Amino acid sequence: MRGSILLCAIGLVAPMMAQAQTPQKRDSLAKADSIARADSIALVRQLEKELGQGSSDSGSVAQNGPRATGGYMNIGFVTLVDAGWSSESDVGALERGDHDPKVRGFTMPNSELSLDGAVDPYFKGFSNIVFKIGPDGETGVELEEAYLLTTSLPANLQLKAGQFFTEFGRQNPQHPHSWAFVDQPLILNRIFGPEGLRSQGLRLSWLLPTSFYTEAMVTVANSLGGTTSSFRSDESSEIHGGVLVSRDVEGLKDMLIAPRIATSFDLTETQTLLLGASAAFGPNNSGPSARTRIYGVDGYWKWKPAAAQAGFPFLSMQAEALTRRYDAAERALEQSPDVTLPAETLKDWGTYAQVLWGIKPRIVAGLRADWDKGDAAVFDSELRRNRFRVSPNFTWYPTEFSKFRMQYNYDDRKGLGSDHSLWFQFEFLLGAHAAHKF
Amino acid sequence: MKTMKLHRIATIAAIVLAATGSTAGAQLRVVATTPDLASFAREIGGGAVNVTALAKPTEDPHFVDAKPSHIVTLNRADVLIEGGAELELGWLPPLLENSRNARIAAGARGRVVASTGIRMLEVPSSFDRSKGDVHSLGNPHFLMDPVDAKIVARNIADHLAQVDPKNAAIYRANLAKFNARIDAKTAEWQKALAPYRGSKVVTYHKDFVYFANRFGLNIVEELEPKPGISPSPSHLARVIGTMKAQNARVILVQPYQNRRTAETVARQTGAKVLDMPQQPGARPNTGTYVEMMDNLVVTLANGLRGAK
Repeated sequence: MRGSILLCAIGLVAPMMAQAQTPQKRDSLAKADSIARADSIALVRQLEKELGQGSSDSGSVAQNGPRATGGYMNIGFVTLVDAGWSSESDVGALERGDHDPKVRGFTMPNSELSLDGAVDPYFKGFSNIVFKIGPDGETGVELEEAYLLTTSLPANLQLKAGQFFTEFGRQNPQHPHSWAFVDQPLILNRIFGPEGLRSQGLRLSWLLPTSFYTEAMVTVANSLGGTTSSFRSDESSEIHGGVLVSRDVEGLKDMLIAPRIATSFDLTETQTLLLGASAAFGPNNSGPSARTRIYGVDGYWKWKPAAAQAGFPFLSMQAEALTRRYDAAERALEQSPDVTLPAETLKDWGTYAQVLWGIKPRIVAGLRADWDKGDAAVFDSELRRNRFRVSPNFTWYPTEFSKFRMQYNYDDRKGLGSDHSLWFQFEFLLGAHAAHKF
Repeated sequence: MKTMKLHRIATIAAIVLAATGSTAGAQLRVVATTPDLASFAREIGGGAVNVTALAKPTEDPHFVDAKPSHIVTLNRADVLIEGGAELELGWLPPLLENSRNARIAAGARGRVVASTGIRMLEVPSSFDRSKGDVHSLGNPHFLMDPVDAKIVARNIADHLAQVDPKNAAIYRANLAKFNARIDAKTAEWQKALAPYRGSKVVTYHKDFVYFANRFGLNIVEELEPKPGISPSPSHLARVIGTMKAQNARVILVQPYQNRRTAETVARQTGAKVLDMPQQPGARPNTGTYVEMMDNLVVTLANGLRGAK
């Protein structure tokens, strides 16, 4: 046992030792650096002369310095504009996502100011401030994300701290401008709420030393607030129908805990598969000790030929399946507190699957299908009704900085009938364009 | 029983942690964003380095997928060579963010920005995307000029020597050999293309500017109306008019560019479409930078000779 502890200690200390240097060594390296730099400048001058003979463009010598687009901070501003019509006049009842179209006519669902950059050698900082105009014409502002990310922890560890989207599944952490469809998948809306699952907390991630990509992470965050819909949210009574119970935080069990593991394989030179499994546990406010458990799996597959032009053509498939076990305690009915609802476990599950075909440069055809199901409960929540939706769409990207999208939704809300909607979306982006993750 | 289990877990954890933080094996693990930079690293590093390229030879280096497997490759790298000049801006940052590797962090000895010291062409005086996707630090296709290739090789040798001082002499010797070879080949390439000095050519994108500058070609048009903007019929009509008026007889394209568009223009003008891939390995027997340049020069000389 003692030997194992020693091995552990060596394992932890070795990487740190490898990075440490003695003062003498640092001095000699600094001297070598300065000689190398002087040599390099002399060579550049000599080459400038050579180039000057045949050059029609005098050019400018590149330095390994800050990029003109960023300086100390990258600034980007992206705006989505939705327009369209639905057979349902109360569009918000159909499109429940916070960044979905909200009315017949025009919606400004998301204007996002993003700032990011290196804080110092140890941290990077990111923030997204979202502006949106509601159906009433009022402008809303929210600090969607603001977090620090470590850059140099040992042992392949990484910490994120602040306000951020919980890394659960594939789409929840993505911002609306990188979604492939106009609206939020139904199951993410049902389980995570209109704004997705995000809160203030800490995320620890470990990149495993496997030959293929495997990342394990766990988030510990506050379980309170409007963006923790299945937990201690002020809007939870829409799920369980009861009067909300105020609960104190007495320990880790009262926090939102969300573990996730993701792995990826290059199936061939042109095909990549990414798989993940996530969970989220925490208290809900239907009773003093009631809890919610959420489980999900996700997959993403992409094919892109070796000689793609501007990333086209491509074919991709993405699917997520989630299930929620919401333990609703015995509770007083909110609309009529004299009535007591019995304790019950509200079970929901759902999935969506989407296929994208990048037909030719800058043109993408997509098809998404959503299925949602909630079992019968004493309180008949509108949010838990069975639902099916299918959404073909078509997107044209004039450049990476703008896009036009057209989407049709066939929506079947069990018990409420079917609806048809046609939406158009336009996006523009100014400033730094954040690179897309896979 | 419980102690035994803990013992096993602790042993596995220690082995895993030790394996993640330090350089294993004798060879330096060098990762290059593109195959041309990988080719330089192999020339300079020789047997002392193990080189991997992230982009494929036939892939558009502006649009590489930030695949998770690249995160693993970068996590284990001792040295990263990037082109710089924003060539990889669309895909490298998220990979680096998740690679958690201080050895290749910005400013580290293990991070080589190839464009350092290059005299960049077409540096915009103002940033305006109505002019297309113009790189704010200048045209990033500088490796088409073999004289610039020597600067890049020097940058790589400097960093390899700093990261791995015990093999510094090898890197310096290989650099000297590489430079001598490039000097000899540049003279050879210039001689081969001398008869075509001033020839008018058309390219798909602004990716042969440095090449034309070095070898005295005259690029009269690009099929893209502006960098990164797809060719429109009205622009192509203008290009066809210019080509006919100026007797431009060749169109240079790369594997990831739309050859059909180039062929359409060629049919209208009687020009030839020449396949001119700028990455080693995109064609058979072009595994190194020198072999690739040989191929480009021969293809171009043959194309221009036939077009005369």
